Amino acid sequence: MRKVMTGNYASAYGAKVSRAEVIAAYPITPQTSIVEKLAEFVAAGEMKAKFIPVESEHSAMAACVSASIAGARTYTATSSHGLTLMHEVLMWASGARLPIVMTNVSRAMAPPWSVWADHMDSVAQRDTGWMQFFCESNQEVLDTIIMAYKICESEHVMLPAMIIEDAFILSHTSEPVDVPDQDMVDSFLPEYDPAVKLEVGNPMGFGSLVRPDQYMEFRYKAMKAMESARERIASVEDEFRRTFGRSYGGLLDEYRCEDAEVVLIVAGSAAGTTREVVDSMRDRGIRVGLARLRALRPFPQEELRALANRVRGIAVLDRSYTFGAAGAFYTETCGSLYPQAKRPFVKNYIAGLGGRDITPGIIEGIFSDMIDATDRGEVAGPEWVDVAGLERRWR
Amino acid sequence: MSPTTIPEEEYAHPGSTGCPGCGANLVMRYLLKGLGDRTIITIPACCWAVMPGYWPSHCLKIPMVYCAFEATGASLSGIRAALDVRGEEDVTVVGFAGDGGTVDIGLQALSGAAERQTDAIYVMYDNEAYMNTGIQRSGSTPWGAWTTTTPVKDAKGFKREPKKDIMGIMAAHDVPYAATVSVGHPEDFVKKIRKAKEVKGFRFIHAYSPCPPGWRMNPMKTIEVAKLAVDSRIFPLYEIVDGDLTITRKGKGVPVSDYLSIQGRFSHLSDEDVADIQRGVDQAYAELEKRAVPKK
Repeated sequence: MRKVMTGNYASAYGAKVSRAEVIAAYPITPQTSIVEKLAEFVAAGEMKAKFIPVESEHSAMAACVSASIAGARTYTATSSHGLTLMHEVLMWASGARLPIVMTNVSRAMAPPWSVWADHMDSVAQRDTGWMQFFCESNQEVLDTIIMAYKICESEHVMLPAMIIEDAFILSHTSEPVDVPDQDMVDSFLPEYDPAVKLEVGNPMGFGSLVRPDQYMEFRYKAMKAMESARERIASVEDEFRRTFGRSYGGLLDEYRCEDAEVVLIVAGSAAGTTREVVDSMRDRGIRVGLARLRALRPFPQEELRALANRVRGIAVLDRSYTFGAAGAFYTETCGSLYPQAKRPFVKNYIAGLGGRDITPGIIEGIFSDMIDATDRGEVAGPEWVDVAGLERRWR
Repeated sequence: MSPTTIPEEEYAHPGSTGCPGCGANLVMRYLLKGLGDRTIITIPACCWAVMPGYWPSHCLKIPMVYCAFEATGASLSGIRAALDVRGEEDVTVVGFAGDGGTVDIGLQALSGAAERQTDAIYVMYDNEAYMNTGIQRSGSTPWGAWTTTTPVKDAKGFKREPKKDIMGIMAAHDVPYAATVSVGHPEDFVKKIRKAKEVKGFRFIHAYSPCPPGWRMNPMKTIEVAKLAVDSRIFPLYEIVDGDLTITRKGKGVPVSDYLSIQGRFSHLSDEDVADIQRGVDQAYAELEKRAVPKK
């Protein structure tokens, strides 16, 4: 069924066709229409799920955690301050190895108040043990939710995942989206039936106290699980492509990178703009490419190393900033590339914070600057782009 | 002597790591005797977060899941929803939290679960301070008590704020069943738990739970102090069923000084302080009697 819908409705339909059984959510701009739509689905009997109207995001995630331990497929959605309020419970979800799937409509953090697109909320959860998938289109949002359940619920993974839509740019913009047939999704995604769950007649303690001689083994297993998710993400996406005819490029989605001299790493909706700019510059004979960062966790280290062997320069666009360091995508990229002999020039560009437009002019400006910096062999940075009072005001 | 109405069946193995004389151990035992084994319990950070023992040991004969300190109410709603999806409506879901985890950090989630009318029982075992972390004041610590964060530096250095009225807060949520219970009165305790089990909706139990180390008291005095709390009317036993309050055991009305004097945490109080407490207790009990409907 093909429908014109927003990214938020794509999230709601994703949870619906994935047959989420327990939804606990609290409203926050710009996530609200996801939970409104799900509440409608449940009220109309179109979803056989329990909708828990919790009194905070902390409680939303806490309810999902306990419902998931009790064996239910769970879903929630949030944004910015809601996500950061959940921070503690995100660690409960991954520590307890629960396949919870959540949409985060990525929005700036206050103060000053801003409800617009920015990746700071998601990036700030980088170390919580969640997989993070940044989406470029509404179709990708819906499809990634279905795939995420299959990845998360894999026996060797059992970790939660966050599906990230850029505030308003995806959440409130309508596009044609194909909602897969329910029976096709059902055969792709079997019922959730965990090996161990909270149930009467089986008196176990979940989350019990461990000693220093036991704790590290739990963390080691979670690390192995996240590592094994890499393969699982690839195999699930392959199966999804064969079943539904769509795929998204794994952890690092490369576009026209084969013979590129300089590539731009970018996550989320700005990748769509970047594709246009790459085409336009290629038409003028400039060999640039896009490497869309689809997953922040697990981070595409091997993919980036392979890419680095083929290019002279890598520009990294961050839509957030880690004060006292640089953009997180940049430091992650540099960390991945350092162990290898051939390291291209890498430069960090900060743009689009708090919903400021990342225009084709900005993307082309970044590419041109990166080519120039690579030619000169001088890469300073991070470079804040399009900020009042600074000279980099490409538009 | 008449036979006890308390089931002999135990739902806790020996080996909890509770302190000698721990009231919370008895609260758990009486609670589970009243509920039976078709029960799932969720526990936040509190003494009972460590009392079941180190992984993989588990001293309870029912399944238990830990939750974040402030999240007991939300955890209840999540478990209930999952069980309902699975068609296990007959399973009793219990939240078991200390006083700090209830009246302070957990109050929001508790209020949310009560307002949503989550079908579950919330038990607050009240030892009147953060005992697991080593006797720091909570909103449930009574006026006049010493704790490590209300140190007695001078004659008035103790806790200066009254105990938060959690039963009043829960009554204001119009929960279908709320009751106070005490380890000093196990028959009344188990009877109320059985009654709560049969009620549908959100139920609240305020359990009096003496803490010998925190109260600076001989561990042998746990039951004695619990009985004195009821007899002095510092901790009256009552229940509120659909808004109707019934006092289930009238205390003998012994002076509060009998209760206070066996606990080191009150040893600094002057005669005037004790008289103040007595006046407050008399007034609160008179108000409780006014709210109580006559027993039919």
